[in-house]
Amino acid sequence: METILTLNNLTKKYGPLTAVDNLSFEIKKGNVYGILGPNGSGKSTTLGMVLNVVNKTSGDFHWFDGKDSTHEALKMVGAIIEHPNFYPYMTAVQNLALVCKIKGVNSSKIEEKLEVVGLLDRKNSKFRTFSLGMKQRLAIASALLNDPEILILDEPTNGLDPQGIHQIREIIRNIAATGTTILLASHLLDEVEKVCSHVVIIRKGVKLYSGRVDEMNASHGFFELKSNDISKLKEVLTHHPLIGKITEHDGLVTAILEEPMNAEVINSYLFEKGVALSYLVKRKESLEEQFLQLTNQTTN
Amino acid sequence: MLRLLDIELHKLRYSRSAKILIFTYFILITFIALIASIEFDLGNIHFRLADQGIFNFPFIWHFNSYIAALLKLFLAIVIVSMMSNEYSNRTLKQNLIDGLSKKEFVLSKFITVLLFSVISTLFLFVVTLILGYSFSDFTEFSIVFSDMEYLLGYFIKLAGFFAFCMFIGILIKRSAFALGFLFIWWIFESILYGVLEWKIFRDSDIAENIMQFFPLQAMSNIVIEPFSRLNVIKTAATQIGSELDKDYGVHWYQLLIVIVWTVLFVYLSYALLKRRDL
Repeated sequence: METILTLNNLTKKYGPLTAVDNLSFEIKKGNVYGILGPNGSGKSTTLGMVLNVVNKTSGDFHWFDGKDSTHEALKMVGAIIEHPNFYPYMTAVQNLALVCKIKGVNSSKIEEKLEVVGLLDRKNSKFRTFSLGMKQRLAIASALLNDPEILILDEPTNGLDPQGIHQIREIIRNIAATGTTILLASHLLDEVEKVCSHVVIIRKGVKLYSGRVDEMNASHGFFELKSNDISKLKEVLTHHPLIGKITEHDGLVTAILEEPMNAEVINSYLFEKGVALSYLVKRKESLEEQFLQLTNQTTN
Repeated sequence: MLRLLDIELHKLRYSRSAKILIFTYFILITFIALIASIEFDLGNIHFRLADQGIFNFPFIWHFNSYIAALLKLFLAIVIVSMMSNEYSNRTLKQNLIDGLSKKEFVLSKFITVLLFSVISTLFLFVVTLILGYSFSDFTEFSIVFSDMEYLLGYFIKLAGFFAFCMFIGILIKRSAFALGFLFIWWIFESILYGVLEWKIFRDSDIAENIMQFFPLQAMSNIVIEPFSRLNVIKTAATQIGSELDKDYGVHWYQLLIVIVWTVLFVYLSYALLKRRDL
Protein backbone atom coordinates (compact mmCIF):
# COMPACT_ATOMS: atom_id res chain seq x y z
CA MET A 1 0.00 0.00 0.00
CA GLU A 2 1.24 3.49 -0.85
CA THR A 3 2.69 5.46 2.04
CA ILE A 4 1.62 9.07 2.32
CA LEU A 5 3.48 10.27 5.38
CA THR A 6 6.36 8.77 7.32
CA LEU A 7 7.60 10.03 10.70
CA ASN A 8 10.93 8.85 12.09
CA ASN A 9 11.76 9.65 15.70
CA LEU A 10 10.34 13.11 15.28
CA THR A 11 11.08 15.25 18.33
CA LYS A 12 10.18 18.80 19.32
CA LYS A 13 11.54 20.50 22.40
CA TYR A 14 10.44 23.88 23.70
CA GLY A 15 13.28 24.68 26.03
CA PRO A 16 13.26 22.04 28.76
CA LEU A 17 9.80 20.81 27.73
CA THR A 18 9.57 17.94 25.28
CA ALA A 19 6.34 18.41 23.36
CA VAL A 20 6.86 15.52 20.97
CA ASP A 21 9.17 12.70 21.93
CA ASN A 22 10.64 10.34 19.32
CA LEU A 23 7.38 9.90 17.49
CA SER A 24 7.34 7.43 14.61
CA PHE A 25 4.40 6.24 12.55
CA GLU A 26 3.24 5.85 8.98
CA ILE A 27 0.14 6.98 7.19
CA LYS A 28 -0.99 4.66 4.40
CA LYS A 29 -3.21 5.63 1.53
CA GLY A 30 -6.93 5.02 1.82
CA ASN A 31 -7.29 4.77 5.60
CA VAL A 32 -8.86 7.17 8.02
CA TYR A 33 -6.43 7.91 10.83
CA GLY A 34 -7.05 9.49 14.16
CA ILE A 35 -4.44 11.08 16.35
CA LEU A 36 -5.83 10.85 19.80
CA GLY A 37 -4.53 12.40 22.94
CA PRO A 38 -5.55 14.69 25.77
CA ASN A 39 -5.14 18.45 25.41
CA GLY A 40 -1.50 19.42 25.31
CA SER A 41 -0.30 15.97 24.34
CA GLY A 42 1.56 17.20 21.28
CA LYS A 43 -0.98 16.47 18.55
CA SER A 44 -0.95 19.96 17.06
CA THR A 45 2.81 20.26 17.43
CA THR A 46 3.22 17.03 15.48
CA LEU A 47 0.93 18.24 12.72
CA GLY A 48 2.65 21.63 12.82
CA MET A 49 5.99 19.99 12.14
CA VAL A 50 4.85 17.93 9.18
CA LEU A 51 2.99 20.97 7.83
CA ASN A 52 6.06 23.17 7.80
CA VAL A 53 4.97 25.68 10.42
CA VAL A 54 6.84 24.32 13.45
CA ASN A 55 10.56 23.57 13.27
CA LYS A 56 11.50 20.06 14.37
CA THR A 57 14.24 19.60 16.96
CA SER A 58 15.43 16.23 15.70
CA GLY A 59 14.27 13.20 13.76
CA ASP A 60 12.72 13.51 10.36
CA PHE A 61 9.61 13.03 8.31
CA HIS A 62 8.79 12.88 4.65
CA TRP A 63 5.74 13.13 2.50
CA PHE A 64 4.96 10.49 -0.12
CA ASP A 65 8.21 9.00 -1.43
CA GLY A 66 10.26 11.85 0.04
CA LYS A 67 11.45 13.15 -3.32
CA ASP A 68 9.73 16.54 -3.16
CA SER A 69 10.46 19.29 -0.67
CA THR A 70 7.88 19.66 2.07
CA HIS A 71 6.24 22.75 0.65
CA GLU A 72 5.88 21.15 -2.78
CA ALA A 73 4.33 18.07 -1.18
CA LEU A 74 1.95 20.26 0.81
CA LYS A 75 0.36 21.37 -2.44
CA MET A 76 -1.04 17.86 -2.65
CA VAL A 77 -2.25 17.97 0.93
CA GLY A 78 -5.33 19.64 2.34
CA ALA A 79 -5.02 20.73 5.92
CA ILE A 80 -6.75 22.84 8.49
CA ILE A 81 -5.24 23.56 11.85
CA GLU A 82 -7.22 24.50 14.95
CA HIS A 83 -9.25 27.47 13.90
CA PRO A 84 -9.80 28.68 10.38
CA ASN A 85 -7.42 31.36 9.16
CA PHE A 86 -8.49 33.51 6.25
CA TYR A 87 -8.30 37.12 5.20
CA PRO A 88 -11.26 38.78 6.97
CA TYR A 89 -11.74 41.42 4.31
CA MET A 90 -12.08 38.95 1.44
CA THR A 91 -15.19 37.03 0.48
CA ALA A 92 -15.34 33.25 0.56
CA VAL A 93 -14.66 33.02 -3.16
CA GLN A 94 -11.78 35.52 -3.06
CA ASN A 95 -10.17 33.62 -0.19
CA LEU A 96 -10.47 30.33 -2.02
CA ALA A 97 -9.11 31.89 -5.20
CA LEU A 98 -6.02 32.90 -3.24
CA VAL A 99 -5.57 29.35 -1.96
CA CYS A 100 -5.83 28.11 -5.56
CA LYS A 101 -3.05 30.49 -6.56
CA ILE A 102 -0.83 29.29 -3.73
CA LYS A 103 -1.47 25.63 -4.50
CA GLY A 104 -1.14 26.25 -8.18
CA VAL A 105 -4.46 24.66 -9.08
CA ASN A 106 -7.20 25.87 -11.33
CA SER A 107 -9.88 27.95 -9.62
CA SER A 108 -12.69 26.15 -11.44
CA LYS A 109 -13.41 23.93 -8.45
CA ILE A 110 -14.28 26.71 -6.02
CA GLU A 111 -18.03 26.53 -6.51
CA GLU A 112 -18.06 22.75 -6.43
CA LYS A 113 -16.23 22.66 -3.10
CA LEU A 114 -18.39 25.38 -1.61
CA GLU A 115 -21.35 23.22 -2.57
CA VAL A 116 -19.82 20.24 -0.72
CA VAL A 117 -19.69 22.20 2.53
CA GLY A 118 -22.99 23.96 1.93
CA LEU A 119 -21.69 27.50 1.63
CA LEU A 120 -22.59 28.22 -1.97
CA ASP A 121 -25.30 30.73 -1.03
CA ARG A 122 -22.79 32.72 1.06
CA LYS A 123 -19.98 32.66 -1.47
CA ASN A 124 -19.86 36.44 -1.86
CA SER A 125 -20.04 37.29 1.84
CA LYS A 126 -16.95 38.58 3.54
CA PHE A 127 -15.14 36.06 5.71
CA ARG A 128 -15.46 38.22 8.83
CA THR A 129 -19.25 37.96 8.68
CA PHE A 130 -19.15 34.16 8.98
CA SER A 131 -20.06 32.21 12.10
CA LEU A 132 -17.47 29.84 13.53
CA GLY A 133 -19.22 26.84 11.98
CA MET A 134 -19.24 28.50 8.57
CA LYS A 135 -15.59 29.48 8.92
CA GLN A 136 -14.72 25.88 9.72
CA ARG A 137 -16.70 24.64 6.72
CA LEU A 138 -14.96 27.18 4.49
CA ALA A 139 -11.66 25.85 5.80
CA ILE A 140 -12.67 22.35 4.78
CA ALA A 141 -13.69 23.60 1.33
CA SER A 142 -10.31 25.27 1.01
CA ALA A 143 -8.51 22.09 2.03
CA LEU A 144 -10.42 20.18 -0.64
CA LEU A 145 -9.66 22.58 -3.51
CA ASN A 146 -6.76 20.54 -4.85
CA ASP A 147 -8.53 17.18 -4.41
CA PRO A 148 -5.84 16.31 -1.88
CA GLU A 149 -4.15 12.95 -1.44
CA ILE A 150 -4.70 13.38 2.25
CA LEU A 151 -6.92 15.64 4.30
CA ILE A 152 -5.56 16.71 7.66
CA LEU A 153 -7.98 18.04 10.23
CA ASP A 154 -6.92 19.31 13.61
CA GLU A 155 -9.75 19.46 16.13
CA PRO A 156 -12.28 20.29 13.40
CA THR A 157 -15.25 20.41 15.74
CA ASN A 158 -13.61 22.41 18.51
CA GLY A 159 -15.86 25.15 19.79
CA LEU A 160 -18.80 24.35 17.53
CA ASP A 161 -22.39 23.94 18.64
CA PRO A 162 -23.99 20.46 18.35
CA GLN A 163 -25.48 21.29 14.99
CA GLY A 164 -22.15 22.51 13.68
CA ILE A 165 -20.40 19.42 15.03
CA HIS A 166 -22.95 17.25 13.30
CA GLN A 167 -22.50 19.08 9.99
CA ILE A 168 -18.72 18.82 10.11
CA ARG A 169 -18.82 15.10 10.95
CA GLU A 170 -21.26 14.51 8.14
CA ILE A 171 -18.90 16.25 5.73
CA ILE A 172 -15.90 14.27 7.00
CA ARG A 173 -17.80 11.01 6.65
CA ASN A 174 -18.80 11.87 3.09
CA ILE A 175 -15.23 12.71 2.19
CA ALA A 176 -13.97 9.50 3.79
CA ALA A 177 -16.53 7.58 1.74
CA THR A 178 -14.90 8.84 -1.46
CA GLY A 179 -11.69 7.06 -0.47
CA THR A 180 -9.69 10.12 0.56
CA THR A 181 -7.07 9.45 3.21
CA ILE A 182 -7.87 11.44 6.32
CA LEU A 183 -5.80 12.29 9.36
CA LEU A 184 -7.92 13.60 12.17
CA ALA A 185 -6.47 14.94 15.39
CA SER A 186 -8.85 15.09 18.26
CA HIS A 187 -9.20 14.73 21.98
CA LEU A 188 -12.76 13.53 21.50
CA LEU A 189 -12.88 9.77 21.58
CA ASP A 190 -16.25 9.25 20.07
CA GLU A 191 -15.24 11.48 17.18
CA VAL A 192 -12.29 9.23 16.41
CA GLU A 193 -14.31 6.09 17.10
CA LYS A 194 -17.04 7.17 14.71
CA VAL A 195 -14.83 8.13 11.82
CA CYS A 196 -11.45 6.44 12.01
CA SER A 197 -10.19 3.01 11.09
CA HIS A 198 -6.70 3.53 12.51
CA VAL A 199 -5.53 5.41 15.52
CA VAL A 200 -2.31 6.82 16.93
CA ILE A 201 -2.53 7.56 20.63
CA ILE A 202 -0.07 9.97 22.14
CA ARG A 203 0.31 11.33 25.61
CA LYS A 204 2.86 13.92 26.66
CA GLY A 205 4.44 13.58 23.24
CA VAL A 206 5.04 9.85 23.57
CA LYS A 207 3.32 7.35 21.30
CA LEU A 208 1.31 4.85 23.31
CA TYR A 209 -0.32 2.93 20.51
CA SER A 210 -0.66 2.94 16.79
CA GLY A 211 -2.68 0.55 14.74
CA ARG A 212 -6.26 -0.37 13.92
CA VAL A 213 -8.94 0.98 16.20
CA ASP A 214 -10.48 -2.48 16.66
CA GLU A 215 -7.12 -4.05 17.53
CA MET A 216 -6.20 -1.30 19.87
CA ASN A 217 -6.29 -3.36 22.97
CA ALA A 218 -4.50 -6.65 23.04
CA SER A 219 -7.03 -7.78 25.65
CA HIS A 220 -9.74 -10.27 24.83
CA GLY A 221 -12.48 -8.40 26.56
CA PHE A 222 -13.87 -8.99 30.02
CA PHE A 223 -16.79 -10.53 31.86
CA GLU A 224 -19.12 -8.69 34.14
CA LEU A 225 -20.66 -11.04 36.66
CA LYS A 226 -23.04 -10.94 39.62
CA SER A 227 -23.88 -13.59 42.13
CA ASN A 228 -25.37 -13.82 45.60
CA ASP A 229 -22.09 -15.11 46.96
CA ILE A 230 -19.62 -12.54 45.78
CA SER A 231 -16.64 -13.73 47.81
CA LYS A 232 -16.97 -17.29 46.56
CA LEU A 233 -17.41 -16.06 43.01
CA LYS A 234 -14.21 -14.09 43.28
CA GLU A 235 -12.32 -16.95 44.80
CA VAL A 236 -13.36 -19.39 42.11
CA LEU A 237 -12.53 -16.90 39.38
CA THR A 238 -9.05 -16.36 40.78
CA HIS A 239 -8.26 -19.99 40.23
CA HIS A 240 -9.35 -20.01 36.61
CA PRO A 241 -6.22 -20.07 34.42
CA LEU A 242 -7.58 -17.78 31.69
CA ILE A 243 -8.69 -15.00 33.96
CA GLY A 244 -6.43 -12.17 34.96
CA LYS A 245 -7.30 -9.20 37.08
CA ILE A 246 -10.51 -9.26 39.08
CA THR A 247 -12.15 -6.15 40.46
CA GLU A 248 -15.39 -5.57 42.29
CA HIS A 249 -17.51 -2.47 42.30
CA ASP A 250 -21.01 -2.18 43.82
CA GLY A 251 -21.54 -5.94 43.74
CA LEU A 252 -20.48 -6.17 40.10
CA VAL A 253 -17.41 -8.32 39.53
CA THR A 254 -15.27 -7.57 36.53
CA ALA A 255 -12.91 -10.30 35.33
CA ILE A 256 -10.43 -9.46 32.60
CA LEU A 257 -9.58 -12.23 30.14
CA GLU A 258 -6.05 -13.19 29.30
CA GLU A 259 -7.05 -15.64 26.59
CA PRO A 260 -10.19 -15.71 24.49
CA MET A 261 -13.09 -17.51 26.15
CA ASN A 262 -16.82 -17.75 25.54
CA ALA A 263 -19.43 -16.75 28.06
CA GLU A 264 -20.91 -20.33 28.10
CA VAL A 265 -17.53 -21.75 29.11
CA ILE A 266 -17.19 -19.55 32.16
CA ASN A 267 -20.83 -20.07 33.02
CA SER A 268 -20.61 -23.87 33.11
CA TYR A 269 -17.23 -23.69 34.89
CA LEU A 270 -18.68 -21.54 37.65
CA PHE A 271 -21.77 -23.70 37.91
CA GLU A 272 -19.59 -26.79 38.32
CA LYS A 273 -17.78 -25.05 41.16
CA GLY A 274 -21.11 -24.32 42.79
CA VAL A 275 -21.52 -20.65 41.93
CA ALA A 276 -24.84 -19.63 40.41
CA LEU A 277 -24.74 -16.41 38.46
CA SER A 278 -27.48 -13.82 38.52
CA TYR A 279 -25.82 -11.73 35.82
CA LEU A 280 -23.24 -12.45 33.12
CA VAL A 281 -22.12 -10.27 30.25
CA LYS A 282 -19.08 -10.49 28.02
CA ARG A 283 -17.84 -7.13 26.82
CA LYS A 284 -15.08 -5.50 24.90
CA GLU A 285 -13.74 -2.21 26.24
CA SER A 286 -15.11 0.85 24.52
CA LEU A 287 -12.52 3.09 22.98
CA GLU A 288 -12.90 5.36 25.94
CA GLU A 289 -12.10 2.63 28.43
CA GLN A 290 -9.21 1.44 26.30
CA PHE A 291 -7.92 4.96 26.02
CA LEU A 292 -8.08 5.54 29.74
CA GLN A 293 -6.44 2.20 30.32
CA LEU A 294 -3.62 3.05 27.93
CA THR A 295 -3.05 6.50 29.29
CA ASN A 296 -3.20 5.26 32.88
CA GLN A 297 -0.67 2.53 32.29
CA THR A 298 2.01 5.11 31.88
CA THR A 299 1.01 7.18 34.88
CA ASN A 300 1.22 4.19 37.20
CA MET B 1 8.12 35.23 -9.75
CA LEU B 2 4.88 36.28 -11.37
CA ARG B 3 3.00 33.71 -9.33
CA LEU B 4 4.39 35.20 -6.12
CA LEU B 5 3.53 38.72 -7.22
CA ASP B 6 0.07 37.57 -8.24
CA ILE B 7 -0.47 36.04 -4.78
CA GLU B 8 0.58 39.20 -2.97
CA LEU B 9 -1.42 41.53 -5.20
CA HIS B 10 -4.45 39.33 -4.66
CA LYS B 11 -4.08 39.96 -0.93
CA LEU B 12 -3.78 43.73 -1.43
CA ARG B 13 -6.43 44.10 -4.11
CA TYR B 14 -9.33 43.39 -1.79
CA SER B 15 -8.08 45.33 1.21
CA ARG B 16 -9.88 48.65 1.31
CA SER B 17 -7.47 50.37 3.69
CA ALA B 18 -4.48 49.38 1.57
CA LYS B 19 -6.19 50.70 -1.54
CA ILE B 20 -7.05 54.01 0.10
CA LEU B 21 -3.50 54.53 1.38
CA ILE B 22 -1.90 53.67 -1.97
CA PHE B 23 -4.33 55.96 -3.78
CA THR B 24 -3.65 58.81 -1.33
CA TYR B 25 0.06 58.33 -1.77
CA PHE B 26 -0.04 58.76 -5.52
CA ILE B 27 -2.46 61.67 -5.35
CA LEU B 28 -0.15 63.43 -2.91
CA ILE B 29 2.80 63.04 -5.27
CA THR B 30 0.87 64.88 -7.95
CA PHE B 31 0.17 67.59 -5.40
CA ILE B 32 3.81 68.61 -5.58
CA ALA B 33 2.54 70.79 -8.39
CA LEU B 34 0.64 72.79 -5.82
CA ILE B 35 3.90 74.11 -4.43
CA ALA B 36 4.02 76.20 -7.57
CA SER B 37 1.12 78.25 -6.33
CA ILE B 38 2.84 79.29 -3.09
CA GLU B 39 3.26 83.05 -3.16
CA PHE B 40 3.37 85.74 -0.53
CA ASP B 41 4.44 89.33 -0.04
CA LEU B 42 7.49 90.12 2.04
CA GLY B 43 7.36 93.86 2.61
CA ASN B 44 7.32 95.25 -0.84
CA ILE B 45 8.86 92.18 -2.46
CA HIS B 46 6.43 89.83 -4.13
CA PHE B 47 7.65 86.29 -3.59
CA ARG B 48 6.49 83.42 -5.76
CA LEU B 49 8.11 80.06 -5.15
CA ALA B 50 7.68 78.92 -8.73
CA ASP B 51 9.85 81.84 -9.83
CA GLN B 52 12.74 80.71 -7.65
CA GLY B 53 13.71 78.12 -10.16
CA ILE B 54 12.56 75.07 -8.23
CA PHE B 55 10.86 73.73 -11.32
CA ASN B 56 13.83 74.29 -13.57
CA PHE B 57 15.38 71.30 -15.22
CA PRO B 58 17.53 69.62 -14.05
CA PHE B 59 17.11 70.94 -10.49
CA ILE B 60 13.51 69.71 -10.46
CA TRP B 61 14.71 66.09 -10.49
CA HIS B 62 16.48 66.69 -7.22
CA PHE B 63 13.68 68.75 -5.72
CA ASN B 64 10.88 66.37 -6.61
CA SER B 65 12.71 63.19 -5.57
CA TYR B 66 13.33 64.79 -2.21
CA ILE B 67 9.74 65.97 -1.67
CA ALA B 68 8.16 62.76 -3.00
CA ALA B 69 10.35 60.66 -0.72
CA LEU B 70 8.80 62.41 2.28
CA LEU B 71 5.49 60.80 1.33
CA LYS B 72 6.87 57.27 1.55
CA LEU B 73 5.37 56.96 4.99
CA PHE B 74 1.97 56.26 3.44
CA LEU B 75 3.28 53.19 1.67
CA ALA B 76 5.26 52.29 4.76
CA ILE B 77 1.96 51.87 6.62
CA VAL B 78 0.68 49.59 3.86
CA ILE B 79 3.84 47.50 3.89
CA VAL B 80 4.10 47.20 7.66
CA SER B 81 0.48 46.12 7.90
CA MET B 82 0.67 43.70 4.99
CA MET B 83 3.43 41.95 6.93
CA SER B 84 2.05 42.08 10.43
CA ASN B 85 -1.55 41.33 9.44
CA GLU B 86 -0.35 37.98 8.18
CA TYR B 87 0.56 37.29 11.77
CA SER B 88 -2.52 38.73 13.42
CA ASN B 89 -4.89 37.00 10.99
CA ARG B 90 -2.74 33.87 11.28
CA THR B 91 -2.89 33.69 7.52
CA LEU B 92 0.86 33.25 7.36
CA LYS B 93 0.38 29.87 8.97
CA GLN B 94 -2.35 28.98 6.52
CA ASN B 95 -0.24 30.13 3.56
CA LEU B 96 2.56 27.81 4.63
CA ILE B 97 0.19 24.91 5.17
CA ASP B 98 -1.29 25.50 1.73
CA GLY B 99 2.15 24.95 0.24
CA LEU B 100 3.92 28.30 0.13
CA SER B 101 7.48 28.00 1.41
CA LYS B 102 8.86 30.54 3.85
CA LYS B 103 11.28 31.68 1.19
CA GLU B 104 8.47 32.21 -1.32
CA PHE B 105 6.52 34.12 1.30
CA VAL B 106 9.32 36.60 1.95
CA LEU B 107 10.05 36.84 -1.77
CA SER B 108 6.43 37.57 -2.63
CA LYS B 109 6.52 40.45 -0.16
CA PHE B 110 9.85 41.75 -1.38
CA ILE B 111 8.84 41.62 -5.04
CA THR B 112 5.79 43.68 -4.11
CA VAL B 113 8.03 46.15 -2.29
CA LEU B 114 10.16 46.47 -5.43
CA LEU B 115 7.05 46.90 -7.54
CA PHE B 116 5.88 49.74 -5.28
CA SER B 117 9.27 51.41 -5.66
CA VAL B 118 9.31 50.97 -9.44
CA ILE B 119 5.82 52.37 -9.85
CA SER B 120 6.58 55.28 -7.53
CA THR B 121 9.70 56.09 -9.53
CA LEU B 122 7.90 55.91 -12.88
CA PHE B 123 5.07 57.99 -11.52
CA LEU B 124 7.46 60.58 -10.18
CA PHE B 125 9.23 60.63 -13.54
CA VAL B 126 6.01 61.42 -15.38
CA VAL B 127 4.83 64.00 -12.85
CA THR B 128 8.20 65.73 -12.84
CA LEU B 129 8.37 65.77 -16.62
CA ILE B 130 4.96 67.39 -16.90
CA LEU B 131 5.68 69.88 -14.12
CA GLY B 132 9.07 70.72 -15.58
CA TYR B 133 7.79 71.31 -19.08
CA SER B 134 5.11 73.62 -17.69
CA PHE B 135 7.38 75.77 -15.51
CA SER B 136 11.01 75.23 -16.45
CA ASP B 137 13.00 78.00 -18.12
CA PHE B 138 15.05 75.42 -20.01
CA THR B 139 13.45 72.70 -22.06
CA GLU B 140 16.33 71.54 -24.20
CA PHE B 141 16.49 67.78 -24.36
CA SER B 142 20.03 67.53 -23.00
CA ILE B 143 19.16 69.64 -19.96
CA VAL B 144 15.84 67.96 -19.29
CA PHE B 145 17.39 64.53 -19.07
CA SER B 146 20.48 65.43 -17.09
CA ASP B 147 20.86 64.70 -13.38
CA MET B 148 18.63 61.67 -13.72
CA GLU B 149 20.63 59.89 -11.01
CA TYR B 150 18.26 61.46 -8.50
CA LEU B 151 15.54 59.15 -9.75
CA LEU B 152 17.82 56.15 -9.29
CA GLY B 153 18.61 57.44 -5.81
CA TYR B 154 14.91 57.83 -5.12
CA PHE B 155 14.26 54.26 -6.24
CA ILE B 156 17.04 52.75 -4.10
CA LYS B 157 15.99 54.87 -1.14
CA LEU B 158 12.38 53.71 -1.38
CA ALA B 159 13.29 50.05 -1.88
CA GLY B 160 15.60 50.21 1.13
CA PHE B 161 13.06 51.93 3.32
CA PHE B 162 10.28 49.54 2.35
CA ALA B 163 12.53 46.53 2.95
CA PHE B 164 13.19 48.01 6.40
CA CYS B 165 9.42 48.30 6.98
CA MET B 166 8.95 44.73 5.81
CA PHE B 167 11.55 43.48 8.26
CA ILE B 168 10.07 45.46 11.14
CA GLY B 169 6.61 44.15 10.29
CA ILE B 170 7.86 40.56 10.57
CA LEU B 171 9.95 41.31 13.65
CA ILE B 172 7.26 43.07 15.68
CA LYS B 173 4.17 41.23 14.31
CA ARG B 174 1.78 44.07 15.24
CA SER B 175 1.27 46.95 12.83
CA ALA B 176 0.83 49.70 15.41
CA PHE B 177 3.87 48.63 17.41
CA ALA B 178 5.91 48.14 14.27
CA LEU B 179 5.21 51.70 13.13
CA GLY B 180 6.01 52.85 16.65
CA PHE B 181 9.29 51.00 16.47
CA LEU B 182 10.09 52.67 13.16
CA PHE B 183 9.55 56.05 14.83
CA ILE B 184 11.63 55.08 17.87
CA TRP B 185 14.42 53.87 15.62
CA TRP B 186 14.38 57.20 13.84
CA ILE B 187 14.63 59.04 17.18
CA PHE B 188 17.41 56.68 18.22
CA GLU B 189 19.44 57.44 15.12
CA SER B 190 18.86 61.18 15.50
CA ILE B 191 19.93 61.20 19.14
CA LEU B 192 22.95 59.04 18.39
CA TYR B 193 23.92 61.40 15.59
CA GLY B 194 23.54 64.36 17.90
CA VAL B 195 25.59 62.79 20.65
CA LEU B 196 28.37 61.71 18.31
CA GLU B 197 28.45 65.01 16.45
CA TRP B 198 28.31 67.41 19.38
CA LYS B 199 29.77 65.48 22.29
CA ILE B 200 32.15 62.76 21.29
CA PHE B 201 33.63 63.72 17.95
CA ARG B 202 33.33 67.49 17.96
CA ASP B 203 34.85 69.35 15.06
CA SER B 204 35.52 66.32 12.93
CA ASP B 205 33.86 64.22 10.28
CA ILE B 206 33.94 61.03 12.29
CA ALA B 207 30.31 61.25 13.44
CA GLU B 208 29.13 61.64 9.88
CA ASN B 209 31.34 58.82 8.73
CA ILE B 210 29.89 56.49 11.33
CA MET B 211 26.29 57.56 10.91
CA GLN B 212 26.24 57.05 7.17
CA PHE B 213 26.18 53.32 7.84
CA PHE B 214 22.95 53.42 9.86
CA PRO B 215 19.92 52.48 7.74
CA LEU B 216 17.77 55.60 8.00
CA GLN B 217 20.70 57.98 7.80
CA ALA B 218 22.07 56.06 4.83
CA MET B 219 18.73 56.39 3.07
CA SER B 220 18.44 60.08 3.74
CA ASN B 221 22.02 60.66 2.59
CA ILE B 222 21.20 59.49 -0.91
CA VAL B 223 19.01 62.46 -1.76
CA ILE B 224 19.79 65.33 0.58
CA GLU B 225 17.73 68.47 1.02
CA PRO B 226 17.61 70.63 -2.11
CA PHE B 227 16.51 73.90 -0.49
CA SER B 228 19.94 75.37 0.11
CA ARG B 229 20.60 75.07 -3.60
CA LEU B 230 17.91 77.66 -4.28
CA ASN B 231 19.15 81.06 -5.36
CA VAL B 232 17.25 82.92 -2.69
CA ILE B 233 18.77 80.84 0.12
CA LYS B 234 22.25 81.04 -1.37
CA THR B 235 22.03 84.79 -1.57
CA ALA B 236 20.80 85.00 1.99
CA ALA B 237 23.64 82.82 3.17
CA THR B 238 26.26 84.86 1.41
CA GLN B 239 24.78 87.98 2.95
CA ILE B 240 25.16 86.71 6.49
CA GLY B 241 28.64 85.61 5.58
CA SER B 242 28.31 81.88 5.78
CA GLU B 243 29.47 79.88 2.84
CA LEU B 244 27.25 76.94 2.00
CA ASP B 245 29.45 74.27 0.65
CA LYS B 246 27.46 71.10 0.29
CA ASP B 247 27.78 68.11 -1.93
CA TYR B 248 24.36 67.52 -3.44
CA GLY B 249 25.30 64.64 -5.66
CA VAL B 250 24.16 61.04 -5.53
CA HIS B 251 27.15 58.85 -4.78
CA TRP B 252 27.68 55.23 -5.60
CA TYR B 253 28.90 54.30 -2.12
CA GLN B 254 25.77 55.78 -0.57
CA LEU B 255 23.66 53.72 -2.95
CA LEU B 256 25.75 50.69 -2.11
CA ILE B 257 25.23 51.09 1.65
CA VAL B 258 21.47 51.15 1.18
CA ILE B 259 21.53 48.22 -1.24
CA VAL B 260 23.49 46.22 1.32
CA TRP B 261 20.91 47.12 3.97
CA THR B 262 18.10 46.10 1.62
CA VAL B 263 19.65 42.69 1.01
CA LEU B 264 20.27 42.34 4.73
CA PHE B 265 16.68 43.20 5.64
CA VAL B 266 15.29 40.69 3.17
CA TYR B 267 17.68 38.04 4.40
CA LEU B 268 16.94 38.80 8.06
CA SER B 269 13.20 38.64 7.41
CA TYR B 270 13.68 35.19 5.93
CA ALA B 271 16.03 34.04 8.70
CA LEU B 272 13.61 35.28 11.35
CA LEU B 273 10.66 33.57 9.72
CA LYS B 274 12.59 30.36 9.29
CA ARG B 275 13.60 30.21 12.92
CA ARG B 276 10.18 30.96 14.31
CA ASP B 277 7.54 28.42 15.20
CA LEU B 278 4.14 29.64 14.18
